[in-house]
Amino acid sequence: MSLTGIFLISFLVVHVGINACIWANDGGGMFNLASHFMATTVVIRIVEVGLFAGLVLHIVQGLVLEVQNRSRRKTGYAVSLGNKGSKWYSRSMGLLGTLLLFFLIMHLSHFWVPSRFTELPSTEINGKEVANQYAEILRVFQNPVVVVLYVLGCISLMYHLLHGFQSAFRTLGVPNGKYISLIKGVGFGFAIIVSLAFAMMPVSVYLGWVS
Amino acid sequence: MEHYKMNLTLRIWRQKNSETKGRFETYKIEDISSEMSFLEMMDVLNEKLIREGQEPVAFDHDCREGICGTCSMFINGRPHGPWHANTTCQLHMRAYQDGDTITVEPWRANAFPVLKDLIVDRSAFDRIIQAGGYISVNTGNAVEANSILVPKDQADSSFAAAACIGCGACVAACKNSSAMLFVSAKVSHLALLPQGYPERKTRALNMIAQMDKEGFGSCTNTQACESVCPKEISMTNIAKLNSEFILAGLSD
Repeated sequence: MSLTGIFLISFLVVHVGINACIWANDGGGMFNLASHFMATTVVIRIVEVGLFAGLVLHIVQGLVLEVQNRSRRKTGYAVSLGNKGSKWYSRSMGLLGTLLLFFLIMHLSHFWVPSRFTELPSTEINGKEVANQYAEILRVFQNPVVVVLYVLGCISLMYHLLHGFQSAFRTLGVPNGKYISLIKGVGFGFAIIVSLAFAMMPVSVYLGWVS
Repeated sequence: MEHYKMNLTLRIWRQKNSETKGRFETYKIEDISSEMSFLEMMDVLNEKLIREGQEPVAFDHDCREGICGTCSMFINGRPHGPWHANTTCQLHMRAYQDGDTITVEPWRANAFPVLKDLIVDRSAFDRIIQAGGYISVNTGNAVEANSILVPKDQADSSFAAAACIGCGACVAACKNSSAMLFVSAKVSHLALLPQGYPERKTRALNMIAQMDKEGFGSCTNTQACESVCPKEISMTNIAKLNSEFILAGLSD
């Protein structure tokens, strides 16, 4: 769980970095070049297989763990400890992960499937023919329902990371007495900044802040 | 502190034995002194039940001074009641007001089956200790204590872990019924001392294997255990256990 989690966290860094190119305000030039690089470089294609493997492993492990852990207490409490002992999102990683899975299916069907399996309209940048993924973003995020679903997905991601980031390091046995403040601080900042950046992408397209 | 008396409503889990289904029974109890301990209040209830010809409530208790780890009640949704770093026997009735309703349940975990009423079988913890929670030494005369030097900070960390009384509140509080805080306290306590060092690898592997065998869940780091522990055992021990386990697994 922790290893695949940290691997997926590292993927988020790349993903948010490339997507942030939409704010370059250059008509999508920088973003299209970046996505062209990601789509056509052999190394990236190989890493993509690893990414999907990591993702599937994380989902399967997570679901198995959730089912196993839930089965450890057949009779529940009449009055539960609830928020008196832990944060709600720390106890809801299974639920948050499942919401993220639904989000992911929608997200892949919006962008990954069309770019991989259909011919997107192309555009020319610096004399180079590249697929116009940027136009796809502008098109998809015109629908307010999609924008709201994406923002909800990002909120789920934020809470998933708020617990998952520090939990992953604890599971790996990082001596958290010494480093726990650092890990918690970085994890908190990462969860907020990355989720906010992702959430602002559909919002800024919908509100016309990028064109 | 001002002394006062109170009338209370108690909702207590009654279960004849591990085979039968249990249920909550409601009891009214009067004139409880704010200076009584929670267990003394339970004693008063039991005397009343005996006088009325009813079966008294079975509950675990021994030292009644917060050091043996025998008492175990899930009181109003929290192991050992509302006070921080406290055992049920050290909980006093001044924590409650006249007219309060108190719900008392046994620890809930498959690995801790209910034996009767509020008593659960915690022998799973004993078997985890038997799997590695010890050091092997030759018997004979006690050696001079200062012949093995222990750095002060390590002695302090080890002692903090050794404070675990094995009550099982961590398991009761954990959403996964995980025993990681207990096991980590026992592993850290010994791994931090020179006497425990030689067996640290097999200890971590064997105790974790036994923990899984007993049917405890996995740790997902929610920190509920740490927040309810009567001896304030730190989650740092869980990270220590994880690193002990990973290093033992890699090097064996």
